[in-house]
Amino acid sequence: MIKASVYVTIKQSVLDPQGVAVQGALHSMGFAEVGSVRIGKYLELQLDTNDRNEAEARVKEMCEKLLANTVVEDYRFELEG
Amino acid sequence: MKFAVLVFPGSNCDIDCYKAVEDTLGEPVDYVWHTATDLSAYDCILVPGGFSYGDYLRCGAIARFAPVMAEVAKAAEQGKYILGICNGFQILTEAGLLPGTLRRNTSLKFRCHDTVLRVENNDNPFTTQYQKGEEIHIPIAHGEGNYYCDEETLAQLKANNQIIFTYVDNPNGSLEDIAGVSNERGNVVGMMPHPERAVDSLLGSEDGKRMFTSILKAWRDRHESASVR
Amino acid sequence: MSQQVSAKEPNAEQIAEQQIYKQMGVSDSEYELICGFLGRKPNYTEIGVFSVMWSEHCAYKNSKPLLRRFPTDGPRVLMGPGEGAGIVDIGDNQAVVFKIESHNHPSAVEPYQGAATGVGGIIRDIFSMGARPVALLNSLRFGKLESDRVKYLFEHVVSGIAGYGNCIGIPTVGGEVVFDDAYDGNPLVNAMCVGLIEHDKIQRGVAKGVGNPVFYVGPPTGRDGIHGATFASEELTEESESKRTAVQVGDPFMEKLVMEACLELINSGIVLGIQDMGAAGLTCSSAEMASKAGNGLELYLDEVPQREEGMTPYEMMLSESQERMLFVVEPKDEAQAMEIFERWGVICAKVGKVTDDGRLRLIHQGEVVGDMPVTALVDECPIYNKPSAVPAYYEENANVDTLRYDEVTDLSGALDKVLSSPSVASKAWVYNQYDYMVRTSTAVQPGSDAAVVTIRGTRKGLAMTTDCNGRFVYLDPEVGGRIAVSEAARNVVCSGAEPLAITDNLNFGSPEKPDIFWQMEKAVDGMAEACRVLDAPVIGGNVSLYNENAKGAIYPTPVVGMVGLVHDTDHITTQDFKAEGDVVFLLGETFAELGGSEFQAVVHGVTEGRPPALDLNVEKKLLDGVLAAIQKGLVQSAHDLSEGGLAVAVAESCISGGLGAKVDFATELRPDFALFSESQSRILLSATPDKAAELEQLIASYGVPVQKIGQVTGDKLEIAVNARSVLARPVSELKQVWEDVIPCLMQ
Repeated sequence: MIKASVYVTIKQSVLDPQGVAVQGALHSMGFAEVGSVRIGKYLELQLDTNDRNEAEARVKEMCEKLLANTVVEDYRFELEG
Repeated sequence: MKFAVLVFPGSNCDIDCYKAVEDTLGEPVDYVWHTATDLSAYDCILVPGGFSYGDYLRCGAIARFAPVMAEVAKAAEQGKYILGICNGFQILTEAGLLPGTLRRNTSLKFRCHDTVLRVENNDNPFTTQYQKGEEIHIPIAHGEGNYYCDEETLAQLKANNQIIFTYVDNPNGSLEDIAGVSNERGNVVGMMPHPERAVDSLLGSEDGKRMFTSILKAWRDRHESASVR
Repeated sequence: MSQQVSAKEPNAEQIAEQQIYKQMGVSDSEYELICGFLGRKPNYTEIGVFSVMWSEHCAYKNSKPLLRRFPTDGPRVLMGPGEGAGIVDIGDNQAVVFKIESHNHPSAVEPYQGAATGVGGIIRDIFSMGARPVALLNSLRFGKLESDRVKYLFEHVVSGIAGYGNCIGIPTVGGEVVFDDAYDGNPLVNAMCVGLIEHDKIQRGVAKGVGNPVFYVGPPTGRDGIHGATFASEELTEESESKRTAVQVGDPFMEKLVMEACLELINSGIVLGIQDMGAAGLTCSSAEMASKAGNGLELYLDEVPQREEGMTPYEMMLSESQERMLFVVEPKDEAQAMEIFERWGVICAKVGKVTDDGRLRLIHQGEVVGDMPVTALVDECPIYNKPSAVPAYYEENANVDTLRYDEVTDLSGALDKVLSSPSVASKAWVYNQYDYMVRTSTAVQPGSDAAVVTIRGTRKGLAMTTDCNGRFVYLDPEVGGRIAVSEAARNVVCSGAEPLAITDNLNFGSPEKPDIFWQMEKAVDGMAEACRVLDAPVIGGNVSLYNENAKGAIYPTPVVGMVGLVHDTDHITTQDFKAEGDVVFLLGETFAELGGSEFQAVVHGVTEGRPPALDLNVEKKLLDGVLAAIQKGLVQSAHDLSEGGLAVAVAESCISGGLGAKVDFATELRPDFALFSESQSRILLSATPDKAAELEQLIASYGVPVQKIGQVTGDKLEIAVNARSVLARPVSELKQVWEDVIPCLMQ
């Protein structure tokens, strides 16, 4: 079994209204040191395989096809196990 | 002319689209299940609003892999008329049948109210019965209708006259006030506002009717010229 | 009786010795009764089952004697209280189904999910009757919109309602939101659903036919919401903040699928009985279905779909996981039922069977883990007649002179204050988050007196509203109860509909306190009387008690949800002024009545004295007269006078119509009283000049006082009292005051 941790975030060039709202809230709470906030998604996938290379290729395909919308989102992932 | 209204798990404007076709045109219309694998009987495919698959992951992201979507792509290629409304628009962008994507509204809130749209292109099969520049009342109801595309795509949209509607008073932060776009060929249109909710003055507006009558006219024109030939 | 192997669960002896039942809200005497019904001591699962079945939420043990005082019958009533929701005939083989329900306590702890699951629960009540839900409404109360906590609750309750209703595709067409310190720390979240049904499709929650299989539908059961029903029957304390596990999480997408599949199942005609799993989940639905059929039920708990591992019978029976239903069909129809759920992608499992021995028997891992008489669970919960006492504040208020206040001469400033009170101000910030148009039948959108939803294929419509002025009920529960029902009726009539029936949500403090029980008693009496005189029986409802916080009880808030029938869509009427030159009439009499008014609260900073009087016979004449005038096509706009009195009513008609008005009110009252008194049984009408005389005559013929007070004109609101100008403002300015308040506070 391999565990894939996938992080999907809004591209740097694209406005993240949720992030801006959280940044504003943190500022108003006195956390003035907060520069920028980007909000994303975190997914955990349990893969029924032990082949890391295969897993790498398959997770990339999953991200490209479904998990991220590459028009506005970036993704990265880590494999464990 | 035969219409299909697609039904995904979580579609909820399917009935409204069906009624709009029935009431404004009286043409035959069927609900077509997301598992269908043949759309050859239909001349126009409506992809309705709602929360397909709960809008989980991303609006439209899961629906676009439903079996029927391969048929929608085929129909688009054949030049059939396809209209995606609200969640339907999101599905068509996810499927790559329309350029760009829809982000969360800048207000971060779902917004439901009447909006005024400007008809930017009345040379599209869905808009021939409007005047160019005409302002029409069509309501919105969405949380993620903030249209976005990169600069290159935007330049193409402009060059090819693919921006169909813009908002007079931008409700969601859409790039260049864009409310609806078409593909390059013009036979696939997506829009966040709901024309099917604007076909009865008792309910607020009739301005959406002409989208339906336009498409019937476009089909008839094409059909007649074909039979003459 | 076998005791399930769970290290955590105490056995029957320990439950008795350590009085563990008390933690579940079961009293010593109730525990004795339960032992008597069983002929032995209950095990942990059984005492859990009894505790929820005998909670206020399920058994109405403190409120039943009061609920019996309501009129529940009428020529149109097809089903009264007792089932999932009441049903009223509207002709042509169609009927309307509706009910209101509270989710106050869950919303106080986790506002988004609390409100969302409240909406989900009431929708299930409607479609489990076989009806297609067509509209949602709500009634909300919060503390003053000043503290961050209140803003947080308000924002998340609204988005929870929106999140659920928008996704499932049922329009949220109306409601009310009131902000008052009395609700600080104990918000009220009441949700109402309205559905349509054909007479022959009406379902009941009965487990019919011995030997028939019982099916479970919906997502797997998890540990969420255990003891939600008991939780709802306790006071909110700091401790309850930590009981967060008692809040369930809603999945509107799943409910949409469950709803479509269940409606298809019902339409197929094979269902013998169906009920939703609401409060107390599997326990309540199975026991009630068996009870209504006079049968027993055996549940095979290993077959219950489970989301988590190692769930005990206790947990499965008490879980309040959402979006679940229970139904019974004949064995021959099993395959057909399964096919429907498979197609919709919804889990459906056979979990039990109907028996003839009147027992609810639970079987787990081959052993009987619970065996209880159904009648004991459903019918034998002791009913308490709580002591009642007149509260001191009520006596003291008798001597308060609400006319002693210095005259307010800046009436323009006073109008601003009242219009910018968040309770009066525009609620567009709220309802623009709700999809109020989906299903394309909303003819009157939120913001007018009552919403109107058209009925496809007919010329009819349904008007609907939720109303209650908690301040009036607090100051005089009986009069306040009358006012709540009357105001709802007035709103429905102003939209052009004939009142049909009501559903009520009785939100009160702790019934253990005699002065609170007195409030309950009196409010119910007032409501019952109004329902009788106005021909609007109570067809169902909900009771929410123990609404208290550190400062004491909330205002008694018996929310009235009313539905009316619009006989022809031509009758649909809204509050906004329509055209320049239209004549404005004030119907009813204005007295110097400031007790409990918005003006008293906002300008004088108090809530005291007695509320306005209300004569039900006067109200009835007014409603009959206005409905007749609307049905004759004599009325351009109609607006009920409520919070803020005449001044606010005229201002709202101007603002929503985008038109000005010139008003001259002839009265013997002081101008500030004249403009802001909240005297009851008053309606503002406008009519085109050619119909004005006929309208005036018709209204007068009903014995209703009618005064021509002005004209729709220009873009300013100008008000004079006895020909002396007291106020002149551009409507655009008033509109800004009224519209900006809530968005500004919420930024």
